[in-house]
Amino acid sequence: MPALAAGVDTGDTAWMLVATALVLMMTPALGLFYAGLVRGKNTLNTFMMCIAALAVATVMWALVGYSFAFDEGNGIIGGFDHVFLKGVTFAPREESTIPHLLFMAFQATFCILTVALVSGAVVERMRFGPFMIFAALWSVLVYAVLAHWSFGGGWLQEKGTLDFAGGIPVEMGSGFSALAAALVVGARKDYGRQALLPHNAVYVLLGAGLLWFGWFGFNGGSGFSTGNPSVLAFTNTLLTPACTLVVWFALDLLRGRRVTAIGAATAIIVGCVGITPAGGFISPGWAMVLGAVAAVPSYAIIVLRPRTRVDETLDVLAAHGVAGLTGILFIGFFAQMKWNDVSDGLFYGDAGQLGLQALAALATPVYAFVVTFVLLKVIGLLTPLRADEHDEAVGMDVTQHGEEAYATGEGAILITPESGAEAERPVADPV
Amino acid sequence: MKLVIAIVRPEKANDVLEALYRAEVRGVSMSRVQGHGGELERVETYRGTTVKMGLSEKVRLEIAVSEPFVEPTIEALCESARTGEVGDGKIFVVALERAIRIRTGETDHGAVTPVGK
Repeated sequence: MPALAAGVDTGDTAWMLVATALVLMMTPALGLFYAGLVRGKNTLNTFMMCIAALAVATVMWALVGYSFAFDEGNGIIGGFDHVFLKGVTFAPREESTIPHLLFMAFQATFCILTVALVSGAVVERMRFGPFMIFAALWSVLVYAVLAHWSFGGGWLQEKGTLDFAGGIPVEMGSGFSALAAALVVGARKDYGRQALLPHNAVYVLLGAGLLWFGWFGFNGGSGFSTGNPSVLAFTNTLLTPACTLVVWFALDLLRGRRVTAIGAATAIIVGCVGITPAGGFISPGWAMVLGAVAAVPSYAIIVLRPRTRVDETLDVLAAHGVAGLTGILFIGFFAQMKWNDVSDGLFYGDAGQLGLQALAALATPVYAFVVTFVLLKVIGLLTPLRADEHDEAVGMDVTQHGEEAYATGEGAILITPESGAEAERPVADPV
Repeated sequence: MKLVIAIVRPEKANDVLEALYRAEVRGVSMSRVQGHGGELERVETYRGTTVKMGLSEKVRLEIAVSEPFVEPTIEALCESARTGEVGDGKIFVVALERAIRIRTGETDHGAVTPVGK
């Protein structure tokens, strides 16, 4: 029998180890999804923003983010007791049956994914360096704080607001931050003038499929056990997106008489996001209704947003912010004690729960938007956020990374140290 | 009748098409080509292998025009494709012997004039 800390359940721990890995996979899956949605010349840069989140968000999480999110602290932000992962060991946290260390790792994957989500608002124009600075600071100032509010003993959780797997920090946090980021960074050069089309719909579909797969760990793991809430959330993660897909198909048919592939991929995301906060709190039947309901506001925003000057490029607000908000409010109506052992919603006799959900739906967007707006303005004072027009036109892959996603290799001349070409390096493209 | 062949930067291709449209030049073929003019090589690195991209991506446009459209076409191309840096491309104007519109069998001037003019 291997060593096991007191209070640790082997079954729960086994599942959470798998769930953590599933959620981590969602970040590269998101990279694939996003990369397919941009133009070919920005494929790598878009993907790399997600990879950057894997790097900086993880490091920041271990240094301070986890402590700010899950140490007791006060109602707004956690304390410093877990800085540098101090006190995060094999012994489980209170009311938990998995090692604290594993809990921290599971939560880290959420932080990483959320940072990656925000990048969707600024792809194809934001410089890579400033994005990494933004990602590092945002993961602490916005994500960790919102995670504290909803999961770490902060004021929303204290009041009794329900959020199963991150409708507040992950979905609303990323969605409304994305809107702020799009406003500060500004529209792409050709936005509103030329059609800027997704360059590979297959990436988009495969990315969405992998995200759905990972989402079983995201929602199913947020019960931190193999108990009923996890099973309910896991199953709802199957049902809700399926209903969203069906309704999305119908909306596509009504609007354009054709069912679109990019639309289908988006619907999968919207459905998964909708069920994220509600997964362990509503019955499978209501989960299916939620899937259908969540499609409508997100669809409307995706149709209307491109008619504005706001180049929130990959519609993080519609797919995550608004769908997350729908899910948060839906709990207030249709949560059912019979299924969740926690609380009833308005429909089952407790109007108070709806008030608590509405509180989160108001406070979270405001906080996420304001802090992101200010943070990017400040970074923008220190260093330009955007690539210049020439670099943007040539493409971010070549100008930011010196690589191409679809390099042909034709005409490429190998530079060896002996050839001496290393000494004087030609600049990337004449400026 | 002339065949105007233009080699331009791919990132300028959309501007060029827009300018041609404004100049009422219709009927364009476009292809992606790789080539080399006088510009500096771009350096890329893949897993520690550094390469000089000797050929750069360009877009090649072919436009068959009747005499009155030759100058407007050249003007539109020059204005829209120019950045002022090395590598903006070239325009070649070639005499065109014959042109036939396949659908109607119209030849020469009729064939290179847009339908409905």
